[in-house]
Parts: sequence; C-alpha cells; structure tokens
Amino acid sequence: MASELDLSRDRLDAPFARRVEELSGENPYACYQCGKCSAGCPFADYMDALPNQVLRLVQLGDASALELSAPWVCASCLACGVRCPKGVDIATTMEALRILALRRGISPAPVTPDRPCPQIALVGAYRKLTP
Amino acid sequence: MKTIAYFPGCAMKDQARPDEAGTLHALALLGYEVTEIPRWNCCGTVYSLAQDDLMRHVGPVRNLVRVQGMGEGRVLTLCAMCYGTLARSARFVAEPERLARINAFLDTEDDFRGGIEVVHLLTLLRDEVGYEKLAAQVKRTLDGLKVGTYYGCVLLRPRLFAVDDPDRPEVMERVVEALGGTPVAFPERTECCGAYLTVGRTDIVGDRVGRILRSARGGGAEVVVTTCPLCQFNLDERRPAGAPTLPVLYLGQLLAWAMGLDEPAVAALVSKEPATGRPVSTGV
Repeated sequence: MASELDLSRDRLDAPFARRVEELSGENPYACYQCGKCSAGCPFADYMDALPNQVLRLVQLGDASALELSAPWVCASCLACGVRCPKGVDIATTMEALRILALRRGISPAPVTPDRPCPQIALVGAYRKLTP
Repeated sequence: MKTIAYFPGCAMKDQARPDEAGTLHALALLGYEVTEIPRWNCCGTVYSLAQDDLMRHVGPVRNLVRVQGMGEGRVLTLCAMCYGTLARSARFVAEPERLARINAFLDTEDDFRGGIEVVHLLTLLRDEVGYEKLAAQVKRTLDGLKVGTYYGCVLLRPRLFAVDDPDRPEVMERVVEALGGTPVAFPERTECCGAYLTVGRTDIVGDRVGRILRSARGGGAEVVVTTCPLCQFNLDERRPAGAPTLPVLYLGQLLAWAMGLDEPAVAALVSKEPATGRPVSTGV
C-alpha cells in the first residue's frame, strides 16, 4: 500500500552527523553532492576519500569518516568553502572530524619533521594535529 | 603623522625580518608612526574552526586586549596568518556568551570589550594610503620588473575576511604597479602552498610549490612576492628539484627597494641570518 514518503533528515537518526554539525556549525545536509569542492581541492590527489565523499559519510552518520586520512591531508585552505554553491564550509567539517578523532583517541599518523621548519609551521601543525 | 598599533607575530622577528624592516621603512615615509603592541604573544598561526574550541582563541584575544590597553581601536599586521587569526577571533568572541567565558578565563587581564579592527598591510595601502600616494613615495622604480603576486589562502578566504575578491583579487597587483613593477597575475596565485603540512608532508608541499612556481614562471614572472611568511618559506625552501628558481620575496622587500632604502641596507636586509640560522631568500 502506498504510504507517504518521509524524506526528513530526522529519519536518519544519525547522532554522528549531529555531533559533526554541532562542532562545525555547518549543516552537512545542505550538500547535494555536486563535487565542486573535490574538483577544486588542491589536496584531493592525496586523499583516500574526496571532500564530497567525506561529507557524504557524515550525511549518512557513518563514523568511519574518522578513520580516513583525508581530514589530516586537508590544510584548511578553504578553497572548497568559497566555491560551494550551497555555502557549506567543508574545511570546517574536516576540522570537526579531526577534533572528534583526536578527542576519541583516534590519532593521525605520527608527524616526524624530516627537515627544518620555522615556528609558524610548527605552531600551525601542533594546533591542527594535537588535541 | 598617523599612529597605528602593530602586531608583528613570530615570523617578523625571525625569518621575515626583511619584510618587517622594509615595510616599517615604507610606512614611516607614508606618514605612519607604528607602535608595536606591548607583551604580545603568538597569534596561534591557524584559526580554530570548531565552535566549542574557545581555548584556542585565548592567544589572539589576549593580543587584542593589549591593543585595547593602548587606547587604539585597530591593529596592523603584515603577516597574512596573523591577520587571519586575529581578525577571525575578534569576530568569533564578539558573541556575548563567548566573550563572557573568555574574559572569565583571561581573569588577570582587562576584559576584552570587542570592537578592535584588524587591518592587513595591503588593505591599509589600498584604502587609506592609496596607490597614488604610494607611487609618489617611490624613490627607485621597480622598472617594469615582472612580479608574480602570490596571495595564498588566508588573505582571501573565507569570504567574510577576504582583503579582496577571493576569486579575482587585484590589490597586490595594484601595489606592484604603484612601485613601478609589472604585475603577473598567474592562475595559481590564490591556491594553497600546503601551509603547515610542510612539517610532516614535504611530498605534498613540494608538489604544490612546483605547480605554483611553474604557473608564475609560465606567466612570465621574474620574482614572486607574498605577504605570508609560511608561503614564503614553502615556496622557497620546499621547492622541488627542477622547479623554476625565481626568487620568492616578501612584499616588504619590494617596498624597501622602491622606497629607497640605500643599497647596503637592502643588501643587509636580504642577507641577514635569522635566529634559526637559515639564510633568508635573496633576490632584488
């Protein structure tokens, strides 16, 4: 029997998506998966999932997004955010994933500087890569 | 003489000293009395994007409290990254509940009242000095030098804090023109160099830098200029084998040249060993 189709996001019941939304202040469900973020991301080549795919996992409430390397490769350059036709700041979503991973003890690959770095780089790295 | 409070940040006292020296020389000629804010601390270099991460705004806000203590309503930065953290934190903590919490946390400091404007050098040159007045102070023209203008990220993104149109900026090009140079607006000039990934992922940063420098060279640039010390470091020090060898300068170095710092002084600026013991990029 045909019944009404409920497309509300409430049906997903995705606490993970809600948590990411709280931390980032960005609504993951605004994304309609056009892929513009991934097309313009200077770091997409080095990611194990493209930025729009990461956002898709968040939409689905799939916490396996925390195991990806993509958020750690994202350098917060915000190119995705200024180009998003729906105004989603994807880089901020990536930051929320990094922070959730760090708070849950899922660490990124250890960082070992192999060449000298100025303090501006070191401070930036420890603020992004440590809790 | 106009007065302006100045937040240097770490790099201006280390690898970016030529930038600071050249810029302060130029600002003096342009009629500014620049006062370094007292007891400043690190701005944090990267802005925290999380909604609940108030702790990471303490550094920038403490600096803004110092500006407030000077009786100034605005603060100048030369470094793109300092501009980003200070400007964005100033706005983030303006929300009353956050402001109350951060003031409670800062405890021994005066309460931050908000309302401090954060100004980047490029904005000051465009909106207050003006390109004509800048051009009038040129003592030694760049004489058509083809200058690739590299913005990087923080000056242009997010849109709310952009010093110019994030997609088609022109402020740095107009400054180069005012100094007598020929700006080269190459396609990669707004794309990220890799920033702090330079600590652990020199492979990625090397690829990015190669691409940026090839883009600049492809447009005919003889030098590349930037206002971000981390971009300058990456473009210069993470240059992959085979990448174009064109010099990567700070905007302050171009200003120093054009505003007539005598040649030994310019030479000293570009050859001084910084505290890290790493020689600064030479070029002009």
